[in-house]
This record gives sequence, structure tokens and C-alpha cells, in this order.
Amino acid sequence: MIIDRAFALKIAFGVLLFACGAGLSAVLDNYYLQVGTTLAMLCALCWAWNIVGGYMGYPALCMISFFGIGAYAGGIAQAAGVSESLAWLIAAGVGALFALLLGVPLLRLKGHYFAVGTIASVEVLREVANNWEQLTGGAVGLNLPIHAGSPDEVGRFFYLAMLGLAFLAFLITALVDRTKFGFGLRCIRQNEQAASMVGIDVFKYKVGAFVLTGVLGAATGAIYASMVAFLEPKDAFNLIMTIEIPVMVMLGGMGTIFGPLIGGVSYVILKEFVWAYFINWHSGILGLIVVTVIYFLPVGVLGLTWRDIFKKLGASKSTRPATSDIARSTS
Amino acid sequence: MTKATTPVLELKSVSRLFEGIRAVDNVSLKLYAGEIVGLIGPNGAGKTTLVNLISGFLSVSSGDVIFDGASITHKKPHVIAQSGIARTFQIVQPFAKMTVLENVMAGAIYAGHRGMVQARDKAIECLEFTKLAHLKDMPASELALANRKRLELAKSLAMNPRVLMLDEVNAGLNSSEIDEAIRMIRSIAATGITIVVIEHLMRVVTALAERTVVLHHGAVASEGPTDEVMRDPKVIEAYLGNKFAQRFAETSGAPVARPA
Repeated sequence: MIIDRAFALKIAFGVLLFACGAGLSAVLDNYYLQVGTTLAMLCALCWAWNIVGGYMGYPALCMISFFGIGAYAGGIAQAAGVSESLAWLIAAGVGALFALLLGVPLLRLKGHYFAVGTIASVEVLREVANNWEQLTGGAVGLNLPIHAGSPDEVGRFFYLAMLGLAFLAFLITALVDRTKFGFGLRCIRQNEQAASMVGIDVFKYKVGAFVLTGVLGAATGAIYASMVAFLEPKDAFNLIMTIEIPVMVMLGGMGTIFGPLIGGVSYVILKEFVWAYFINWHSGILGLIVVTVIYFLPVGVLGLTWRDIFKKLGASKSTRPATSDIARSTS
Repeated sequence: MTKATTPVLELKSVSRLFEGIRAVDNVSLKLYAGEIVGLIGPNGAGKTTLVNLISGFLSVSSGDVIFDGASITHKKPHVIAQSGIARTFQIVQPFAKMTVLENVMAGAIYAGHRGMVQARDKAIECLEFTKLAHLKDMPASELALANRKRLELAKSLAMNPRVLMLDEVNAGLNSSEIDEAIRMIRSIAATGITIVVIEHLMRVVTALAERTVVLHHGAVASEGPTDEVMRDPKVIEAYLGNKFAQRFAETSGAPVARPA
């Protein structure tokens, strides 16, 4: 592991940020705790997706499969009387197993084929959740035991739980960024043939990354399930979310430590703004903004350097990087 | 040079079929530690296919590949790379968006079995050897062709190989770049690494290889000390042509056998 000053500063900054976030829980009212919880949840999902989508460069559109599997695994366990924290652990384990089973066939595919395969998993799982009524309660939904305590206490508890998970995802990302494993993922993103030629066990690395993403996604889903205490298929396997997560990471910068955070926060702000001012047109306008941003800023906010900005100001069109050239920045 | 008694790499009747066509046909070879072996032949003779078979990119249809006393015949490419066989690609395959240093580090980490920090030191050492150290922070995609070829070489060296197969590392280089490359390859061999040079440039083969193997239609057409192979009538007919044979005879001063 190579730890230079820039990396140490980034970690210190991240730790400080999370410490502030945890400290804020003492003073925030319930509304802001809700917003903070959602934000932490999205950032955890973004960090999870960033491992497969960013570092490894595979366009996985199954983040919500992991999330939903975790939500249902945790929810079913809790409904069966398992304690909350144990249910979350079970969900993480189920997420790992599911990612392994899904990854082994799908990771033999590449590009569009892989993307379509992953997105199909969301649809399939939603149908399973809809129809396997004995287990999931079907379209009627699944009720979970409600977390005991006053609304403020409950809000604070889930805020801290989500924040803790986001912090874990952040730390895992920092490790991936600096270790042999993450270095191998970056090689795989560049050229799989060359990667195996330098001795990287490409398939094992790909499955490993997929499982890591799956565990984090499923754990997020389980905490979400306990928080809302009610699950239905169209909520747990939300197709829009499975697209939104990659978009957030692209906004912030793929394959970077802070890209998922910046992308998640800016996307939520953008979304709130559009919701507030264009209630009837929000989806369309948000979509346009997303396309525009990806078109003009394919490397994400963190992919920009001052040099790029100056180049862009006075430059011809040809200097604009192609979408395929999404470069790893120094986050 | 003194040859070790057991070969580092041995091919035993290796064949590879592509839908009935024998791309590599019953090839048997022995490579010894520290020698430089030339592998030549016309386009489509199966040279690159042979490299792909040894490095595990293609699976062998029949026959056996023995490395260091153990069969590596159906091993995966990364396992073969880790065990000590490195290769370069005819069409260079850098990790384009990573820096030159990171490219070489990749070789040192996985096949070279090093931690990140030691890998960086090893990579810098290899870059100094290949005279790329001053470009270490540049993205690999921005290198000129000659430097990309050297980067492939540096990356393979960082893998600590025992056998290094160079697939046309000199194609497209100018004369002085080739001289430089020849010097580098010689000093690599001097460290005990066995080198297979696949080349169309006869100048490189004659300068480097003590021994040369000629492939034609996938089979070994001739094998032996390089200057003898160059005079082999079969080789002249299949590959070199009479003009080259004439010139080679003039420069080396030995008589040339006329093809029948």
C-alpha cells in the first residue's frame, strides 16, 4: 500500500467529514435527519457501485438488485423474529452470495451485454418478489417490526446507522484505491488481456469486486428496510434508482475516492431544486440535465483539472474527451 | 555459451488446429537458460500462434508444454505469467490511461509477486534500464511508438521472467532505435533470462540469436545455429529469397547452397 501525503490528507478529510456528520445528529431536527439519512444511503450505494462501475469500469446496472435483495433478506429475517443487527448481517451475507451467483455468469459478458444482463436482474427479482407471496408478501408488501423509541430517537438511530455504513463504504473505497486489489481492477478496466498477461487473475478479481459491491448494497438495503418498516417490490427494486446511482458517480467522478460523495450530494441538491420548481416536468428536466452534464463533463467533477478548464474555455471541439476516455483522476 | 543440461522451456509435439487448419503443426523445441533464440518465418507461419500457445492465450490442441520441469499445457494465462513466462504483444497493449510507472508496476506486482512499495522500486529500476525513467508520470497512451515498445519490454522485465518472448518489438523502429533495442535485449539475456525473438528484421535476428527456428506452414522448417539456418536452401526458398541469401553470403563470406 502506497500512502503519500495527498492520500493521507484525503483520508483525514473524509474522517473529519464523517465525524462532523455524526456530531450534527445531536442538533439536527427530524426533517434534516431524514435528508441526511437519504444522503448517506445514496452515498453508500454510490461508493459501492464505484468499485465495479468506476474502478473496474463495468457498467453494472444492478445496484438496486443488491439493495432489494438486502432489503428483503433483512426484512424477512426481522419479520421472522431475528434481531435487527443480526438481520443486517444476514442481509450482507445473502448479498454476497447473490452477487457471487449473479457475477459468475454475468462477468463473462462485456459492455452492453453486461449492462443489459445486469438490468434484467432487477426486473427478474421484482417479479420474484411480486409472485413469491409466502416469502415476500407479494405486491401487498411485507411489514417489519417498527424500531422502538420516539420519532427523534428513531430518526437519529437510522441516521447514524446509514452514516456508519457510508463511512465503511468510504474506507473500503480508500483501501481499494491503494491496494493490489484495486490496482488490478484499474488494469482490468484498461485492458483485460494485458491484465492477465501481467499475472492478474482477471475473473477472480472481477467476481471479488462484484461481491464487495453486492455486500455493501445489500447492507444498505437492510438498514433501509428496518427504517421504513414496510417493503413492497416496486419500492425495493426501483428501476430508476438503478440508473440514478451510476449517474451520480459519473457526475462526481468514476474511480475516485470522493467522486461518489460529490456526485451523490450534488445530484440530490439538483433533484430537490428541479422538484421544487418544475413539479410537472421534473423527470424530463432532470434527465436533460443529466445528459448535458455527462456529455460535457464525461470525467466527472473530480476528473477536471485546471488545465482542462482553461483548455475548454478557448478550445476547439476536438479537445473534448470522448465518453470512452473517462480518465481516472487523482480524486 | 554453456548450455544447462535441462531446458527451461520445452515444447513436445505441440499442435493447434483452427477449424481443420493446422496453424501450429507438431512443433518440438527446447530452450535453455540465458540463450537468445530467433523465431522467424513468413507471415501466417504460426509464430504468434506459437507464442499464444506458450503463454496460455490459446489452448494447445495436442502436445505438451513443459516449463521448468512441469507441464503448463492447459494453465490459464495469469498462472503462466506468474510462473515466469513473459511476452510482449506485436500490437502493443499498454494500460493506456495509466502512467508509464503504473504500467510497469503492474508487471512487478502480480507476476513479480511484490508489494506495492517494492513494486514501485522495481518498476523504476526497469524504467531506468529501458531509458524511460524520465517519462514515468506520463500516461502510456501519450508515448511515441518506440517508447511504447520499450514500455512493453520494461513491463515484462518487471515480471521477473525466466523466459521472455518478444513478438516483433522492433517493427516500426528506426535504425538507431533498433541498435539501442539490440543492446538492451543482449544485456537482458546476460542476466540469465531466456529470450525468444520473433522478428521479420533479419538484421536483428542475425545480431542477436545464436540459434534460430524457422516456421513454415506451422511446422519447423529448419532449426540450428543462426548462420547455418540462413544458408539452408529450404529457408531461402520459403522465406528469405535468393536476394537475401546472396547479400548474407557476401557479408558473412561463406558459400551459399543453391536451392534445388
